[in-house]
Amino acid sequence: MSEQNIFLLDGEEIAFAPGQTIMQAAQSAHKYIPHLCWHPEFKPHGSCKLCTVKINGRFGSSCTVEAAAGQNVENRTAELDDKRRTLLQLLFVEGNHFCPSCEKSGDCLLQATAYEMGMMTPHFDHFYPDRPVDASHPDVMLDFNRCILCSLCVQASELADKKNVFVMGGRGMRGRKIILNSESGKLGDTDFSVDDRAASICPVGVILKKRVGFVVPYGERTYDKAPVSAVEAAK
Amino acid sequence: MSKLRVATTSLAGCFGCHMSLLDIDERLLDLLELVEFDRSPITDIKHCGPCDLGIIEGGVCNAENVHVLREFRKNCKILVATGACAVNGGLPAQRNHLELHDILTAVYQTEGGLAHGAQIPNDPELPLPLNQVHPIHEVVKVDYFLPGCPPSGDAIWKFLTDLIAGRTPSLGHGLLHYD
Repeated sequence: MSEQNIFLLDGEEIAFAPGQTIMQAAQSAHKYIPHLCWHPEFKPHGSCKLCTVKINGRFGSSCTVEAAAGQNVENRTAELDDKRRTLLQLLFVEGNHFCPSCEKSGDCLLQATAYEMGMMTPHFDHFYPDRPVDASHPDVMLDFNRCILCSLCVQASELADKKNVFVMGGRGMRGRKIILNSESGKLGDTDFSVDDRAASICPVGVILKKRVGFVVPYGERTYDKAPVSAVEAAK
Repeated sequence: MSKLRVATTSLAGCFGCHMSLLDIDERLLDLLELVEFDRSPITDIKHCGPCDLGIIEGGVCNAENVHVLREFRKNCKILVATGACAVNGGLPAQRNHLELHDILTAVYQTEGGLAHGAQIPNDPELPLPLNQVHPIHEVVKVDYFLPGCPPSGDAIWKFLTDLIAGRTPSLGHGLLHYD
């Protein structure tokens, strides 16, 4: 690696390999940039905007912007975390995120990121949308009340599992949704398997393996033990 | 220093947050050095007088909840939404995507095990349910939010002691929970 391949992240020098995004370089250096729709195994699409940073004073999604020598990147500033908190609040009111009854609580990236940003209230008026629960599959259930449309299941099913079980469909704030690739529209009628990559990719509590929901009790889960910033930086 | 006057109530809640307040255990004695209670299930005072702090558990599910909440807002300098239901509607709000009439009909008329000829209760003393359950900040201005189902005794203690000491309440990892 040449000496020039360095940028500043919150004032700290970060080395990068040519072609790496700011997010990838930060992760390699064990630095946490908040994110929801980004996953190291898949191509970034910059849609959740949680990973927005300021690059030489201009906003950019750190998961899609390539690292370049001499960039001055602001990440965990009060200004950016305020904006991230607002994005999270919008996500919370758009779906039905009722944490007390959710099997994913404590392991949920949305919840953990909201804790990290100190979100005390969803602030906006709730939509309380009417979204379906699909328990048709013998080993996996889907609760779309919690979907944040990160599309990681779509990517995992298409690219890792070669199955295309999930597709993004519909339009608009209330119409956009994940559609199941079967005539009935039910997961049970697809070739989805509990061993698929897509079965364990969901960052929130939509795709849930049956019969294991409370094997690990509340209070002893990933983000109960350490905040998401520490968990991510340790990766 | 005179004691701060505190009122508490449970609207569309389960009293779990009040139980969690009791869960600060022997620190209740320390708390009583600093505050005195106005309207609260602890005192059984029926109406709220002028207070420094109002602690609201539960969301707003019926007309009475709206009146009580407005009484608190009118009398309390600082109002705190305490627990998931006050903050985002919580469990009662899980009915929000259903039609109220369908729910009442199912619960009081068509479910199994009901007496013959059972009707939806219609006594004038019963507060009328709202079409949807609302977090309290959708009805009145709320100054602080303390999430959790319920917030733990430790979280309530940290929150109250911060507030009483004049600091912005800050929970941090381990105390800030939505579940």
